[in-house]
Amino acid sequence: MRILRLAGRRLAASLPTLLIILAGMFLLLQLAPGDTVDALMAQIGGGDAAFAAEMRRFYGLDAGVPAQLWNYLSRLATLDLGHSAIYGKSVATVILERLPATLLLMVSALSFAFSFGLVLGVIAARRVNRWPDTLISTLGLIFYATPSFWFGLMAIVVFSVHLQWLPAGGLSDITRSLSGLAAVVDVARHLVLPTLTLGLIFLAIYLRIMRASMLEVLSLDFVRTARAKGLSETRVVARHVLRNAMLPMVTLIGLQAGTMLGGSVVVESVFALPGLGRLAYESVVQRDLNTLLGIIFVSALLVIAINFLVDILYARLDPRISAEE
Amino acid sequence: MRALRAFLRSPAAVIGSVILLAVLVMGVSAHWFYPGDPLGLAGRPLQWPGQNPRFPLGTDPSGRDIAAQLFHGARVSLLIGFVATAIAALIGIAIGALAGFYGGAVDTALMRVTEAFQTVPNFLLLLVLVAVFGSTIETVTIAIGIVSWPPVARLTRAEFLTLRTRDFVQACRVQGLSDAHLILREVLPNALPPVIVYASVVMAVAILLESALAFLQLSDPNVPSWGNLIGLGRNVLRTEWYVSAIPGVAILLTILGVSLVGQGLNDALNPRLASGR
Repeated sequence: MRILRLAGRRLAASLPTLLIILAGMFLLLQLAPGDTVDALMAQIGGGDAAFAAEMRRFYGLDAGVPAQLWNYLSRLATLDLGHSAIYGKSVATVILERLPATLLLMVSALSFAFSFGLVLGVIAARRVNRWPDTLISTLGLIFYATPSFWFGLMAIVVFSVHLQWLPAGGLSDITRSLSGLAAVVDVARHLVLPTLTLGLIFLAIYLRIMRASMLEVLSLDFVRTARAKGLSETRVVARHVLRNAMLPMVTLIGLQAGTMLGGSVVVESVFALPGLGRLAYESVVQRDLNTLLGIIFVSALLVIAINFLVDILYARLDPRISAEE
Repeated sequence: MRALRAFLRSPAAVIGSVILLAVLVMGVSAHWFYPGDPLGLAGRPLQWPGQNPRFPLGTDPSGRDIAAQLFHGARVSLLIGFVATAIAALIGIAIGALAGFYGGAVDTALMRVTEAFQTVPNFLLLLVLVAVFGSTIETVTIAIGIVSWPPVARLTRAEFLTLRTRDFVQACRVQGLSDAHLILREVLPNALPPVIVYASVVMAVAILLESALAFLQLSDPNVPSWGNLIGLGRNVLRTEWYVSAIPGVAILLTILGVSLVGQGLNDALNPRLASGR
C-alpha cells in the first residue's frame, strides 16, 4: 500500500510535466510551415482560397492560437485526440491500431537486453580483468557503437537474404492465414531480428552498468559477512549480491523508456513493422500534425506509465524505499 | 599534466584517440583527396569495391564515388557531433547551474521543463523539430543539440547542489562576491569534470541521431552524410549490400573512438573511480 502511495505521488507529479509537453508541442507546431489543410489540398490537387478557408473553419484552424490550444487541451482531457485528416479516422483509432506492434517490440527488446545484459554483466564482474571480462566488455563497446538501423540492414542481408532463416520484414506472413500456435510462432519469427536490432544498444548499456554495479556491491561489508558465514560464492552472488546490484539496472529501464520508443521509429521503418514509430515517421512526411501530436501525447503517457511500474518494482526490490515515509 | 599522463596511460584512450584522429584526418583531407563534388556523378553506378581501381570502395546506385562520400561524410559527422554537443552542453550547463545554485522555485520550474524534455522520446522530438523548422544541416544540428541537453542539466545540477554549500563557496559569499562570480568562477570549474566526461556520450548520441535521421532521408539531402548513403543503399540491399555496409562501419568506428576517449577521460579525471576497475 505504501509502495502504491509513493508511486502514486510520483505519478501525480508528472501531470504538470505532461501539460508542459502538450503546450510546448502545440506552440511548436504553430510555427510549422503549412498545416493539415495545405497537405490535404496538395493531395486532392489544389483548390481556391475560399475552399481552403472553408476547410480551415471545418477543422477549427481559423481560431486564434490560444483558443486552439485551449480547445486541444480540453478535448485531450476527454481522451479525444482529434481527427486525422490523412487517414480519415480519429487519431485515437489510428494510434490504437499501431500501438500493439510497438509495445510487443519494446517488451521483447527490453527482455532481451535486460536478461542478457544481466547475465553477461555478472559473468564479466566475476571474471574481472580476465579474458571473459575483456571479451564481454569489448563486445559491449562495439554493440554500443553500432547504429541500430545499420545492424538491422546487415542482419537482413545475412539472415534473410543469404541464409534465408528469418523473414526480412513485416509482423506476420500475410500470404498465409495462420491461427493458434502457428500464428504466434510466425509473429515470433518476424520479431527476432527487430528485437535484436532494437535491443543491442540497451544490451551494451545494461551489461556495462551491471558489471560496474556488481563490482561495487561485491566490495561491500555484507558480502564479506556472507562469505565469512561460509556460503559458497554462487550462493553469495545469487542470494545477496544480485538483488542489490540490479537496482541501477531497474532505474535505467525507466530512464531509457523514451530512448527505446525513439529507437523503435528507426527499427520499425527498417523492418516495415506497423507500429507507432513508423506512424510518427509517416505523419512527419505527410504533415499530419494532429496524429503527430497524438503520438507525442501517447508516448509521453507510455514513458510515465513505465516509470510508474519501475517505481513499484524498485520499491519491491529495495525495502528501504517503502520504509521511509 | 597529471591528467594528461593518466589519459595516455589508458589503452582505451589511446586506441580511441587514434581512431578519432584518423576520422579527423579523413574529414580535413577530404577536399584534398576528393576535390570534386562528392555528390556528383563519378562513374558507372553500382561497381563493387575493387572492381574498378578508380573507385576502391565502389560506387553507389547513382554512380557516385563511395570513398569520396566517406571522406566528406567524416567532416559532416564530426562537425555535427561537435557543434550539437556544444549546444547541448551550453543549454544543459546553464539550466543545471541555475537550478542547482538557486534551488527552490527556480529549481522546481527548471526541472519540470527538463523532465518534460526527458519524457518525450528524443528521436520523436527531433522528428517534430525537423518537420517544423526544415532539414538543412544547420537546423538539424541545432535540433540535435536541443534534444540532447537534459542529462547534462541534471548532471550539472547535481554537482552544483553538492558544491554550493561547501566552505570555499560560503567564504566567497561572505566576501560579498556576486552570484555570477560564484557560479562562473567558483562552482562551475569544480563541477565541470564529470560534465566533460559526459560530453563524450552526448557526442556519440548526436552522431547516431544525425545518421538515423539521414537514414530516414529526413536530414539535409545536399550534404554527404554517412546515414544518407546507408539509406540509399537500402534499395539495393539484397544484391549490392556493400553500399550500406561501408558507411556503417565508418559510423561504428567513429562512435567507438568517441566512447573510448570518453572512457579514457573518465579514468583520467576521476582517478578515484578508475582505481576500482
